[in-house]
Amino acid sequence: MNALLIRDLRLAVRAGGGFGLGLSFFLILVALIPFGVGPETELLARIAPGILWVGALLSCLLSLDRIFALDYEDGSLDLLATAPLPLEAVVAVKALVHWLTTGVPLTLAAPVLGVLLNLPWPGHLWLMASLALGTPALSMIGAFGAALTVGLKRGGLLLSLLVLPLYVPTLIFGAEVARRGAAGMALETPLLVLAGVSLATLALLPFAAAAVLRVNLR
Amino acid sequence: MASIWEYANPRKFIATANRLLPWVGGLACVALLVGLIWGFFLTPDDYRQGSTVKIIYLHVPSALMAINGWFMMLVASLIWLVRRHHVSALAARAAAPVGAVMTLIALITGAIWGQPMWGTWWAWDPRLTSFLILFLFYLGYIALWAAIEDDDTAADLTSILCIVGSVFAVLSRYAVDFWNQGLHQGASLSMDRADHVANVFYFPLLVCMSGFVLLFVALVLLRTQTEIRARRMRALLARERMA
Repeated sequence: MNALLIRDLRLAVRAGGGFGLGLSFFLILVALIPFGVGPETELLARIAPGILWVGALLSCLLSLDRIFALDYEDGSLDLLATAPLPLEAVVAVKALVHWLTTGVPLTLAAPVLGVLLNLPWPGHLWLMASLALGTPALSMIGAFGAALTVGLKRGGLLLSLLVLPLYVPTLIFGAEVARRGAAGMALETPLLVLAGVSLATLALLPFAAAAVLRVNLR
Repeated sequence: MASIWEYANPRKFIATANRLLPWVGGLACVALLVGLIWGFFLTPDDYRQGSTVKIIYLHVPSALMAINGWFMMLVASLIWLVRRHHVSALAARAAAPVGAVMTLIALITGAIWGQPMWGTWWAWDPRLTSFLILFLFYLGYIALWAAIEDDDTAADLTSILCIVGSVFAVLSRYAVDFWNQGLHQGASLSMDRADHVANVFYFPLLVCMSGFVLLFVALVLLRTQTEIRARRMRALLARERMA
């Protein structure tokens, strides 16, 4: 497991295009919003938590198809499937690597971009907390979507269509935590539900994703 | 008594469906005609909503079938995963576009009804939003079926998507409740409190609902037959090419 984790992390870092691309996309997306809605700071401050969450979600989406596609093409996924490590664990490690290379950088970058959008001060902390709690779920759901579409030649667009509706609950609770945090309201309920969604996703979806991968590798 | 699984035999299924279809289709036509004419022309206008209330005869039944269509797909997917009956997978595939259209009808009639009543075509109300999400789930499901060439792989993948999707659809349903308070009224019908809707509207509505149920069953039977025949045709063509 550790070997797979280290190998995938090395590949992600050295092959490039992984987190650099996602982060730049996030930056550009956030920079485009004021051009679209105008530069009034109160308006930007009000919509900032939502924008940052949707931005993080879309940047996450960008690198999903790389979770399995490269390994599928060169056949190493077949080797992993026949390895003693259960396929569920492989999926979990792949999702973890995806989270480490996109979710974590996005979480760290979000407060900086929050400054651009004039996010009120306590909001930064809660934005980071909600992203840190929510992005693992995004990566895991994304790994499931990637496993579904791995056999397809041009699965990228289909992947987005399949994964985005599944992102709805995470987005709702994550953005709610960030919004309430920015407004200084009580936020225990959405925070706990967000954590619950994340944990349930992490606990259950590896099995669904591994089942799907087995079908695709038949 | 023969086991219900006998109908999993495609030949038997087609024969049974052929016998059932005229009846189900005919009854659906009768129920819809009676229900809609009764509802549209023979019930009084609501004292607050005027004649716009009559769109209920399309809106509620289609919403009912939108949800139950997905539920039927879930059951069919589970049967496919557990017992590997091809007819079941094809029935799920056949039901998806019908369910998607029902969802669309519910959304559109809801918008047309909402415009005079709430003064807006669309509001981000929990019920409306969850139907929009349901529609997206239908689209993804149909797209995944269409994208995969191998039939069994497609059946497996879409079945698992249907199960995971169901969980997330239910989750989204309650998440949107949390996210926004709604304009939409509560359940219009329930077993114990039929007084939600006055009796004049209630009975034609029941007829319309049974009409929609029958229509859904008829369409799914017909489309499943078509899917079975299309698959046979592909098999025949493949065999001819091999020969």
